[in-house]
Amino acid sequence: MYGERQDSSLPLRLRGLSHLHKTPHSIDRSPVVLSSHFPSLPSSSIPSDLATPTWLSPLSKRKDDDHDEEEEYSPFHGIEKGAVLQEARVFHDPQLDARKCSQVITKLLYLLNQGETFTKVEATGVFFAVTKLFQSKDTVLRRMVYLMIKELSPSADEVIIVTSSLMKDMNSKTDMYRANAIRVLCRITDSTLLAQIERYLKQAIVDKNPVVSSAALVSAVHLLQTNPEIVKRWSNEVQEAVQSRAALVQFHALALLHQIRQNDRLAVTKLVTSLTKGSVRSPLAQCLLIRYTSQVIRESNANLQGERPFFDYLESCLRHKAEMVVFEAARAITELSGVTSRELTPAITVLQLFLSSSKPVLRFAAIRTLNKVANTHPLAVTNCNIDMESLISDQNRSIATLAITTLLKTGNESSVDRLMKQITNFMSDIADEFKIVVVEAIRSLCLKFPLKYRSLMNFLSNILREEGGFDYKKAIVDSIVILIRDIPEAKEIGLFHLCEFIEDCEFTYLSTQILHFLGNEGPKTSDPSRYIRYIYNRVILENATVRACAVSTLAKFGAMVDSLKPRIFVLLRRCLFDSDDEVRDRATLYLNTLGSDPATETDQEVKEFLFGPLDVPLINFETSLRNYVASDVPFDIFSVPKEIKSQPLAEKKAPGKKPTGLTTAPSAPTSVVDGYEKLLSSIPEFSGFGKLFKSSAPVELTEAETEYSVNAVKHIFDSHVIFQYNCTNTIAEQLLEMVTVFVDPSEAEEFSEVATKPLRSLPYASPGQTFVAFEKPEGVPATGKFSNLLKFVVKEVDPATGEAEEEGVEDEYQLEDLEIAAADYMLKVGVSNFKNAWDGMDPDNERIDEYGLGVKESLAETVKAVIDIVGMQPCEGTDVVPNNSRSHTCLLSGIFVGNVKVLVRVSFGIDGSKQVAMKLAVRSEDPEISEKIHEIVAEG
Amino acid sequence: MDSCPSIKNVLLLDSDGKRVAVKYYTDDWPTHAAKLAFEKSVFTKTLKTNARTEAEIAMLDGYIVVYKFIQDLHFFVTGGDDENELIIATVLQGFFDAVGILLRNNVDKRSALENLDLILLCLDEIVDGGIILETEASIIASKVAVNSLDGATSLSEQTISQALATAREHLARSLLK
Repeated sequence: MYGERQDSSLPLRLRGLSHLHKTPHSIDRSPVVLSSHFPSLPSSSIPSDLATPTWLSPLSKRKDDDHDEEEEYSPFHGIEKGAVLQEARVFHDPQLDARKCSQVITKLLYLLNQGETFTKVEATGVFFAVTKLFQSKDTVLRRMVYLMIKELSPSADEVIIVTSSLMKDMNSKTDMYRANAIRVLCRITDSTLLAQIERYLKQAIVDKNPVVSSAALVSAVHLLQTNPEIVKRWSNEVQEAVQSRAALVQFHALALLHQIRQNDRLAVTKLVTSLTKGSVRSPLAQCLLIRYTSQVIRESNANLQGERPFFDYLESCLRHKAEMVVFEAARAITELSGVTSRELTPAITVLQLFLSSSKPVLRFAAIRTLNKVANTHPLAVTNCNIDMESLISDQNRSIATLAITTLLKTGNESSVDRLMKQITNFMSDIADEFKIVVVEAIRSLCLKFPLKYRSLMNFLSNILREEGGFDYKKAIVDSIVILIRDIPEAKEIGLFHLCEFIEDCEFTYLSTQILHFLGNEGPKTSDPSRYIRYIYNRVILENATVRACAVSTLAKFGAMVDSLKPRIFVLLRRCLFDSDDEVRDRATLYLNTLGSDPATETDQEVKEFLFGPLDVPLINFETSLRNYVASDVPFDIFSVPKEIKSQPLAEKKAPGKKPTGLTTAPSAPTSVVDGYEKLLSSIPEFSGFGKLFKSSAPVELTEAETEYSVNAVKHIFDSHVIFQYNCTNTIAEQLLEMVTVFVDPSEAEEFSEVATKPLRSLPYASPGQTFVAFEKPEGVPATGKFSNLLKFVVKEVDPATGEAEEEGVEDEYQLEDLEIAAADYMLKVGVSNFKNAWDGMDPDNERIDEYGLGVKESLAETVKAVIDIVGMQPCEGTDVVPNNSRSHTCLLSGIFVGNVKVLVRVSFGIDGSKQVAMKLAVRSEDPEISEKIHEIVAEG
Repeated sequence: MDSCPSIKNVLLLDSDGKRVAVKYYTDDWPTHAAKLAFEKSVFTKTLKTNARTEAEIAMLDGYIVVYKFIQDLHFFVTGGDDENELIIATVLQGFFDAVGILLRNNVDKRSALENLDLILLCLDEIVDGGIILETEASIIASKVAVNSLDGATSLSEQTISQALATAREHLARSLLK
């Protein structure tokens, strides 16, 4: 067997030596002479090799050359697990060849590193063989043995075999043995064993050799997870180690000490107090201390008067000589809650310096932090604008993109135009994924400064015309659609840009989506006729899918705009000669539904047909159609079931994401609600509840990763409330049946349960819903708290066959409480021009009152709290409070239950002692509602 | 934030993105396939950048990756999204320089593979279970190297084994002449 291996290792050996030959000088100069080891692997599997000249034979040399050409050279070429495991037999030799053994271990480690796995038997075999190697005194081999044992992670009964050897090494005179033996032993030990070696570990923590001390401390950090009570007994030693002169020992000791004490706030505060006076030398330890300090600051928020404790320490760290520490401190300061601009300034200054560093890592770290600061304190970052502008051309595209998006956040209305010019140059040479980030930043900028829509819309249409992949183009189109939706003034220009785009659009999906959107929005514009040309061009020039879509769009114009109807008829008639079935069919259908006489008005039913949503779930529709294709029975749309069997997983995530333009475009902000409305109306029990007013975002009622995951959506009706519980069963071995939620409304007196709809079956990983409905006084924003208990019958499932057992067991599962607050009765609906809307409301319906809110931490937080209480949409970016301002006015708009439009103008003032006063002015279409808003605020 | 800085993984790949040596310290990538997928994504996304003079940095899949290339070797150190970038960079620099010392500035894939045991020991000395053990390249290298000689010797001392080793090396060279 060795004969075989030797052959292939010959050229390797040669390579290693010829390589030595090439660089003799570097070897001579090197302080660390590794030659006994170098070239570690290929060299001499038999020690006498070097003296034997056979390997210099011309034959092997030629072979070497061949090798070079054939494929890339590797000492592990052709390595095989089976063969190496055979080689591991040398571990059993009575006369150990240390070098050979460590080569074999390296090969084993190589295999593991490449992702090879050992079976249990193989691993045990190797482990026992490796334990034999403790006999050898060779230090290289010993280190490899340590590594191997850690990689094999032996089982408890195997550990016993090596314990005594490792304990011997732990008390060795050689520091390296001690340090490594501690690390290995702690890695594989259990609590009984730990008790035996505790004494040695305590000693090791205060060992005068820093390597040993660090090894013990780091091991203790790991052990703290499994055996906290033992490790906590070592506090005294750890405390001593914190004072160590060795940098890394100090770092490890501090980390451990903090973890031991992390649940004792007082002890952490004491630790920080004593150490911030300046005995920490290591930069890493200093970083830790900064983190602990900000934690203490966070927790001591109660006494806010005067100076923030420990702020001086953080500030002094900004002058530390290690960049790592400076950055950590700067970041900590920017993340302080309610940080003032005076506190921010020094941190921003050092970050600004980093922006012009030659090191990409430093620039990245700084711009990333500034980017976050810009979210809350855009004004504080404006000083860095010039530096950031120069980063737009940074080689590292992550840095450049962060710079752009930061600039977009800090920019004010007047700098927008200049910035757009710079970005235009930048856009051409970055990858699509970065472009998408920029497009999204521009979209939010435009929503912030609606008056700038013209230049931002121009920018979007320009980049829309340039090269780009589908995702990028889709991001742009989505942005334009959102802007059209939110900024009425931008509608016509935006539609026009979209029309231009589809003139030369290679993506069928985008063309059809835009045509659909155009059909809904175009007829409502001042001059719908101008779009007809673009749409009809599609009919002439595009593929069948787009043509069919364009025909539908034309029909919509015809239905909505009576003056265009005769011309649309002419165009539709031409479509009757199209080469594609679908296009012809659609044209025929629309010509008939729109009525034979072009002059008559289109009736409501036809409009409903053209614009109304499909009232059956697509999944069910698809299944029905499949069945239809297979059968002879004529298709009937009314036979399609309306009940959704299982909600797709994606929908759960949807509310977290931003609305994505096109998909939500036609009925814009209510499309999720639309889905719910359809779902609820398909359930007979709830059919009498009237129109759905609002559906909340899902509220999680379970912790992440529990057996059953449940979230709830609150559906508000005029005089009813429905809780929709979305349940997911995460246990593959279980099938749940008759799932209901038992709701206890004892803390919600005005509510009374009227109906429940159980979920018949909840298989693994396929979400389902159960509903509970309540009646409440009509129009009254009743509030309350509901406790929830999930009840079900659980049946065991055989994972192999997927079949459930006949018999089930009743079980229940406690969920978290659900609350109905006043904000649930308010729809967030913005207005584009608050002043106009405000002036348009009857001043007689205005109600004004003043409130003293007492001592608050900051204005920004107070504003946010008030917005959350009323649940209204902040307008014109007034939810952002500038730094340090002493007063602020926030404009809110929304629709209250019963479809009453409400506008709120709320002014805040804060004085030196942080007393906050608030003046709340409410206008609505109904003076009673204005009163009610005051009541809500007063209660909140 | 996890209060103790932690390293997610350290990767040493070749110029085709294949593993030379890798070490994962967390369960963020539970399977071998997940690890390989991460390595592939890191490799391809950084391939075109010039990380030869200064360490470069990128955000990938919610992780911070700091990296540096030399010859046909690509060094990567990955940390969490919240980690201090400069700490990760320090770890990378320590690893990079220590390998340089251990391979006597002859850092390429071939010598790395020939001395894979040194590389693996080096990884073992830099990070232990995600916690940074040492970042100073010369100390890391000496810990690896001292071990490969006689455990008790210091660097300056020429021991018998070193002398023997040097002699053997001279012999090898004279044979090749």
